[in-house]
Amino acid sequence: MFSAIMDFGDKLGTALFKLSYNFPNQFYLNFIKENRWKYLTDGLKVTLTVTIFAVLIGVILGFLVAIIRSTHDKTGKLTLLNWVCTVYLTVIRGTPVLVQLLIIYFVIFGSVRVDKVFVAVVAFGINSGAYVAEIIRGGIMSIDQGQFEAGRSIGFNYTQTMIYIILPQVFKNVLPALGNEFIVLLKETSVSGYIALQDLTKGGDIIRSQTYSPLLPLLAVALIYLFFVMILSKLLKILEGRLRNSDH
Amino acid sequence: MTTSEEIKEKSPLISVKDLEKHFTDVHALNGVSVDIYRGDVVFVVGPSGSGKSTFLRCLNRLEEPTSGTILFEGINITDKKCDINKHRQKMGMVFQQFNLFPHMTVMRNLTIGPMKLQHKTKEEAESYAHELLKRVGLETRADAYPNQLSGGQKQRIAIVRALCMRPDVMLFDEPTSALDPEMVGEVLEVMRDLAEDKMTMVVVTHEMAFAKEIATKVLFMAEGQILETGEGREFFENPKTERLKTFLEKVL
Repeated sequence: MFSAIMDFGDKLGTALFKLSYNFPNQFYLNFIKENRWKYLTDGLKVTLTVTIFAVLIGVILGFLVAIIRSTHDKTGKLTLLNWVCTVYLTVIRGTPVLVQLLIIYFVIFGSVRVDKVFVAVVAFGINSGAYVAEIIRGGIMSIDQGQFEAGRSIGFNYTQTMIYIILPQVFKNVLPALGNEFIVLLKETSVSGYIALQDLTKGGDIIRSQTYSPLLPLLAVALIYLFFVMILSKLLKILEGRLRNSDH
Repeated sequence: MTTSEEIKEKSPLISVKDLEKHFTDVHALNGVSVDIYRGDVVFVVGPSGSGKSTFLRCLNRLEEPTSGTILFEGINITDKKCDINKHRQKMGMVFQQFNLFPHMTVMRNLTIGPMKLQHKTKEEAESYAHELLKRVGLETRADAYPNQLSGGQKQRIAIVRALCMRPDVMLFDEPTSALDPEMVGEVLEVMRDLAEDKMTMVVVTHEMAFAKEIATKVLFMAEGQILETGEGREFFENPKTERLKTFLEKVL
């Protein structure tokens, strides 16, 4: 065990040493030569596009499922729809996202030519929707029953109570968790390479396969993800702070 | 000389008949019948678990009665076909836990109902709300958020919120039970003021002295039934049933 760690340290040390005396050459080879940096920027565009649209689909889908599920929990109506939602949640949360992506690409869209970005957006959107649904449902159920009763006692019907009283409070409570889902999704899209979609990760991997030097391109990919995740986390922190300020 | 107005005056505002409520394993209401007239200040008292709150919450169907009828202004509101939301606008409700909307200012809490449900303009709704706020001595807190208020202030705002809908009856579900003792007085003050103003009120409470002071009618409930009914002071001074006598001995 100990020798394995030493060995790993040695290898990493050697790699970094090679890199340090050879950095300009390596940098040139991996990023400048033949405009290889474009693999990264083009890949980044794909990654961000997939993430943003998948988040949109996820939020819309998740919101609908959450409304159906919590309406069923509170009123006992919508039994059939609730059953459909439960199946959706069980299947999506019970299987790996990569398997879902492969099935959607090779099985569902198997016989039609279709844009891979679109496939990825659909797959990650449907996947994210399940997690968002549970986040929002949790948010709805966490609002005190007295808030519903107060709304209903004034004369608002169920829908009006939801819109005016409950959802504004839910939104405020679940925003941090939704932001976190956004971050998770950004990283999860890195498996898109399995359907030969050239996202950021795949872009770095293509450079590696052309230059036979894995360290710089993969390090660059990791740093780009890290950069965006840190930016998003920072934004979330600011947003959370704002929400708390208005929480008198 | 019997005009329709006069008949309306004389017939009960709320007429409850054979009300039953079963929860999964509790028989909460066991045949409750009572008439409540305009201007009545009805207090419902009794040991905990006697069904007082359930009875009150059935009146605006926050709790769905199992059987029995409730006529409100002559209309059977237990009928599944009636639009209960319409009738609830005429029945103000005040909760033990206030249940103000925490994401809205006091003014928004007061005006959202009238504006969305009664299609009042912002100016109309706000001017009436201001008038009522002044009446409860909270006109300076219109822009505050509920969490910036004390318990007593919250409950007074909750009462005003219900009043803003111009209800025909006010239902109070233990309005002072969640308050610190020093804040009970300010809420009772508002309720006394309402009673003097001839507002019809149904109040579930443990404030016996207050009930004795302003009630026009008192209902004693135990085990889901009304065991004794009396006229205010008489009820407390000359209890007829043994149950009520022991109850009053314990609480007075």
